[in-house]
Amino acid sequence: MGRWTPPPMLVMFGVFLVLPAVLPWLGGYTYLGTEVMIWAIFALGYNLLLGYTGLPAFGHGAFFGLGAYFLGLAQKATGGLWLPLLAGVVGTVLCGALVGLFVARKRGIYFALLTIAFGVMFWFLVFVFDGWTGGEDGLTGIDRRAFFGFPLRGNVAFYYFVYALFLAATVGLWRIVNSPFGHVIRAIKQSETRARACGYDTVRYKWVVFTLTCAFAGLAGGLYALARFGAFPEPMSLSQSGNVVLMCLIGGGFASFYGPVLGVVVFLVLRDVFSTLTDHWMLLYGLLFMGVILFMPEGILGLVKRARRPTGFHDTQAAATPP
Amino acid sequence: MSAILEVRGLRKAFGGHVVLDDVSLGFEPRRLSALIGPNGAGKTTCFNLLSGFLAPDAGEIRFEGRDVTRLPPDRRARLGICRSFQILNLFDDYTVLENVRLAVPAMRTRGFDCWTPAPSLAEAGDRAAAVIRLIGLAGREHVEARFLSYGQRRLLEIGVALAGDPTLLLLDEPTSGLGSRPMETLRDLVQRLSASLTIVVIEHDMDFVLSLSHHIAVLHRGTVIAEGPPAAIRDHPEVREAYLGRLALARAR
Repeated sequence: MGRWTPPPMLVMFGVFLVLPAVLPWLGGYTYLGTEVMIWAIFALGYNLLLGYTGLPAFGHGAFFGLGAYFLGLAQKATGGLWLPLLAGVVGTVLCGALVGLFVARKRGIYFALLTIAFGVMFWFLVFVFDGWTGGEDGLTGIDRRAFFGFPLRGNVAFYYFVYALFLAATVGLWRIVNSPFGHVIRAIKQSETRARACGYDTVRYKWVVFTLTCAFAGLAGGLYALARFGAFPEPMSLSQSGNVVLMCLIGGGFASFYGPVLGVVVFLVLRDVFSTLTDHWMLLYGLLFMGVILFMPEGILGLVKRARRPTGFHDTQAAATPP
Repeated sequence: MSAILEVRGLRKAFGGHVVLDDVSLGFEPRRLSALIGPNGAGKTTCFNLLSGFLAPDAGEIRFEGRDVTRLPPDRRARLGICRSFQILNLFDDYTVLENVRLAVPAMRTRGFDCWTPAPSLAEAGDRAAAVIRLIGLAGREHVEARFLSYGQRRLLEIGVALAGDPTLLLLDEPTSGLGSRPMETLRDLVQRLSASLTIVVIEHDMDFVLSLSHHIAVLHRGTVIAEGPPAAIRDHPEVREAYLGRLALARAR
């Protein structure tokens, strides 16, 4: 059982299972829960790259957006739901694999800059091909028709559709991080030189991780298009592409597998709360992020982890002394 | 006996500074060879060329008869050239077991497996456990590398290199900073390994070098100034001047 779903994950799944019934009591609404799970799929996947491999990709919003457009375009062509969703994932993965060929060789600031450049490029492509994408107005008219005879138009029904995919994605990612592949990418983060000395072609591993994260970005983006009945360019813009990075950082993607989920919850809930308080909610947001980066660089779960383990947590002598 | 690793005319310069010039060496199988020389002689650069972390400006490196001069380090590791690092290079957040297991070929061949839990790879786990016993870290398998003592980290550094199942093991200053007890573990280990492996060490500890190695090559200012069995090297005048002489002077003081 633990190999598939450890206890904290079961708790998380339990919370999301009853959420639609509880949310109205908390002043929330079902769509907020849906949005949280969609972004959580994106952020959990993205954290393979940021938290596990240590690669700061800043243009990943592009792949989220691409998933939405690919789903929309496929639905226009074939109708239905299943096939377009698959097309969203496959199309995004292909784009990611192509971009990965260029970025996987880069490190540090060059990697970051190149991912931004590709992100901006995709954002522009949306406007270049506005005959297909609808440009500024977005690709509207995306519908969630019945799924195997099960009506998905309602908010609650769609919530549980997303819930099922969120479950599958989370379990899949858990398997990945605990697999040999997961161990290798964490090793690359700790010392790429040593990983190479151990015989791992680290560039290929980085390419595969990059491509894998695009599968989750594409799935999440497709679901987002279904949720909003349309695909829009703004998640791909440079200013919003960083959202997923912040989600991972706030929650504690460096400290915990679940960090990104918590980050998404905080991010989206605060967005709602702040925007009811003031029109200048972006300002409050900015201050919050600065606070997080300054005072809890490992995010919320990083703090929790440190509180639970005040000092060295192994039966050992003093930490290594330099030679 | 034919050499397992043959180096011919190796040259490497950084900018205008020539670090290695026309270095030719041969290492015979199942022998312990030492590469010695004063600081800045080019020993570590030589290791970086042998293991593929640097590309030479000129020259050729042949391993088991095959030209590996332009192969990347991971390819060479898979062929059986494994190395340790002078400046400890471990996976600090990983436990001893995780560090060693990652280097085991049975794990490496499953590297793209995204589904099986890594701890359930029995073959890789067994091999890792055997290596951990060999380096004397049994009982510390589940301690994260950063919480080990310095001596234990040194041993783990060698364990990770050893876990790759090398035919040629390159050890860069394995004894540096070791206390007497881990030193003993290391001596025994290296002596035992040299019966079945080809080992090349860079080492400053002369007792270690003279008592354990079959063959010594002396690097000085980027060139090989002497090569031969320990006794010959000890009495070699140029070597005494370049290297041992200074040590003797230091000791006399």
